[in-house]
Amino acid sequence: MEIYARRRLVNAVSLTVAMAAAVFGLFWLIAILWTLFYNGFSAINLSIFTEMTPPPGNTGGLLNAIFGSVVLTIGATLLSTPIGMLAGTYLAEYGKKGAFAETVRFINDILLSAPSIVVGLFIYEVVVVPMGHFSAWAGVIVLAVIGIPVIVRTTEDMLNLVPNGLREAASALGTPMWKVVTMIAYRAARNGIITGILLAIARVSGETAPLLFTALNNQFWSTDMNAPMASLPVTIFQFALSPYDDWQHLAWGGALLITITILILNIVARALAALGSSRG
Amino acid sequence: MANITLDDPLPVNAQDQGRRQRLQDSFFRSSTLFFALMVLLLLGGVIIALIFGAWPALRTFGFGFLTTEVWNPVTDRFGALAPVYGTIITSLLAMIIGVPVSFGIAVFITELCPAVLKRPLGIAIELLAGIPSIIYGIWGLFVLAPFLQLTVQPFLIATIGHAPVIGRLFAGPPYGIGVLTASIILAIMVLPFITSITRDVFETVPPMLKESAYGLGATTTEVVWNVVLPYTRVGVIGAVMLGLGRALGETMAVTFVIGNAHRIAASILAPGTTISATIANEFTEAVGDLYTSSLIALGLILFVITFIVLAFAKLLLMRLERQVKK
Amino acid sequence: MTTAMSEKAQRQPVEMPAQAMPASSEQVALMEKVAIRHLSFFYDQNRALKDISLPLYDKQVTAFIGPSGCGKSTLLRVLNRIYDLYPKQRATGEVLLDGHNILSPKQDLNLLRARIGMVFQKPTPFPMSIYDNVAFGVRLYEKLSQSEMDARVEAALRRAALWTEVKDKLKQSGLSLSGGQQQRLCIARGVAVKPAVLLLDEPCSALDPISTSKVEELIDELKSDYCIVIVTHNMQQAARAADFTAFMYLGELIEYGVTEQIFTNPANEKTQQYITGRFG
Repeated sequence: MEIYARRRLVNAVSLTVAMAAAVFGLFWLIAILWTLFYNGFSAINLSIFTEMTPPPGNTGGLLNAIFGSVVLTIGATLLSTPIGMLAGTYLAEYGKKGAFAETVRFINDILLSAPSIVVGLFIYEVVVVPMGHFSAWAGVIVLAVIGIPVIVRTTEDMLNLVPNGLREAASALGTPMWKVVTMIAYRAARNGIITGILLAIARVSGETAPLLFTALNNQFWSTDMNAPMASLPVTIFQFALSPYDDWQHLAWGGALLITITILILNIVARALAALGSSRG
Repeated sequence: MANITLDDPLPVNAQDQGRRQRLQDSFFRSSTLFFALMVLLLLGGVIIALIFGAWPALRTFGFGFLTTEVWNPVTDRFGALAPVYGTIITSLLAMIIGVPVSFGIAVFITELCPAVLKRPLGIAIELLAGIPSIIYGIWGLFVLAPFLQLTVQPFLIATIGHAPVIGRLFAGPPYGIGVLTASIILAIMVLPFITSITRDVFETVPPMLKESAYGLGATTTEVVWNVVLPYTRVGVIGAVMLGLGRALGETMAVTFVIGNAHRIAASILAPGTTISATIANEFTEAVGDLYTSSLIALGLILFVITFIVLAFAKLLLMRLERQVKK
Repeated sequence: MTTAMSEKAQRQPVEMPAQAMPASSEQVALMEKVAIRHLSFFYDQNRALKDISLPLYDKQVTAFIGPSGCGKSTLLRVLNRIYDLYPKQRATGEVLLDGHNILSPKQDLNLLRARIGMVFQKPTPFPMSIYDNVAFGVRLYEKLSQSEMDARVEAALRRAALWTEVKDKLKQSGLSLSGGQQQRLCIARGVAVKPAVLLLDEPCSALDPISTSKVEELIDELKSDYCIVIVTHNMQQAARAADFTAFMYLGELIEYGVTEQIFTNPANEKTQQYITGRFG
């Protein structure tokens, strides 16, 4: 019995530790969100959406940064979605288990987790240097490159979930392969694919480092894609590290904005994925 | 409906239709293949561009680049030792702190958690993954660092700091920011990744295997330690490596709290720098080709390190998949 | 048609294995729709069908029966070359549909399958409305006006005994129907394109008894217009529904003949054993 008592004690202790770990993990999430709200909430008012980023020591808003982020994110999504979807389609429908497809999958997963700052350097070398200057185009391209692996992965995973019987039924009607894929498989996997795109958007909209050497930043309002463009993450970076209270205040506001947007995107993506799976 | 035969012409001219469809199929397939190829080309492009950009620095400094601590933009002498050391040490510490916690959470979710809480908890942990690293950065700078400076660090210095050998690891003034702070932030950042993969891996254990252990009267801890972990060993290592890969490449979270000092100190309470923090801080102000090239060279080193770690992780996880399929 | 027209075979007298002959000549004017001649099928190096020869008559129901793994589904799937979707599968021999050898490499598969309908074991409604499900195959190869298409869809749904149940909800998703209704939807989808032959692969095995008897009634009505081939592991179903039966075992055709004769007075001992439940 003594042995058994000891085992039970060990069990109780380690399970308590496991539970403590879970609480610990949750604690940080709550702590971070709490701080964000506490510091950022007061910064969220109309002016943040109507005024431009101010010079140090002045009050202002984040309009150009918000606009820049929206433009860069939309551009990146438009660029990365077709590329990612088609590449993912190749892996799921054509390449399957072949050697080439396995290689692409492997490389894709590495790109998925690769440091985004390195991708930034890559686009710097390949776009910014030849162009001779920083630009919003470079920012769009770098974010697209970061988003592509996400979309490739989720598109492939979602297409693989479509039962083969559906494809056979379509082929049995004499449907050519490309229509089987686009009219049947894409449709069946639609929710999942959209989820993947939303997750990619959530990921790229928070990226800071790669934008530092591509789109840089812009104090003023700009719609010129050929010029540096402001973005929320980079602006937050600049403002938070500065010694000015006004700037820091705005930085918290911007941080709260980004976080809320990303959390909403994640929740919507999840809800969509759940919807998709319940309809079979 | 009359007797339809194969000869009956389809309402559309069949021969043209057939040829057109074949062309369409071929075009579609080629497009997908092209973009799949693009993924490979992207990787190739990254490597080539980095080598190209780093070449001036590599040519000038040679292998000494990796072993020199000097980082002097004025005299144009650069060495990667401090950033590389910082990258490795912060990531290692992050692993030491983060991996046990991730395991704990994964065990909790798979074995302990009441079913109602499983999904919300899982979702909460994944939301942690969605928070961009810059948020961690400013939170670390404004909240965690001051907290550590006021409470934990003085405590550590006063206690372990006086211990014989390891005391030097915890010496020095409490800056608040520094290697330890950065490691803690990194640990929190990689938590969700390691947790979710570990949880998935834990769930591949066939229930019958666990049941036969429980059936012998084993406690939950014993089942996890003796059945689940050995079975999933390969996958768990893969998950850890994946987390390590992430930690190595993290930029914004670390930049805010690492202190940006190009030197190697014995104490983990001292400031330091990492490769990504260095690049993020200095790139836009780098004047001169050698300076820029050295920064790109740092990027190349980082890429090589993370590539190796991630490739290793992927191979391990693939091996687990094959094991599960058998 | 891009088939090898040069060898359009004449309507040959029925080539039957020695064992079975129609006892009476009450089946007047039996027209051979499909002639299977010395067909062998391989999964990679594995020979799954061994030198099969038998006829399939128009406006008759032919059943393939046999124990699991005997090759009956494999044989069915040769008839619309759906196996061609998978790389390591191939067939040798001849299958003449209206005199054309459909195994010829020159045969355009999509056009072939547009002429042969297939219903699978598991109902496979497409992720679209009921109307679009039925119209899908038609739209691939025919250009119909809205009213023509409406008429076609209605006719097909009536043929599948589904019209009264769905006529008010044609825009609803095909997935919202019950299992038996979904299967009838798949049948409607198959007949909407006016096929020459209808292939049914264990169409009732996933259905409840009530739906099963509805589908069997359907088959009885449909046979007045089509050559129907049905694979079933349910002997009673074959006895009820089929005019001709082929018994297969381990990839070989053991016996073929009029259903009544196969079930009451089989010529081959193996057939006898299977019928009486000695194995299978």
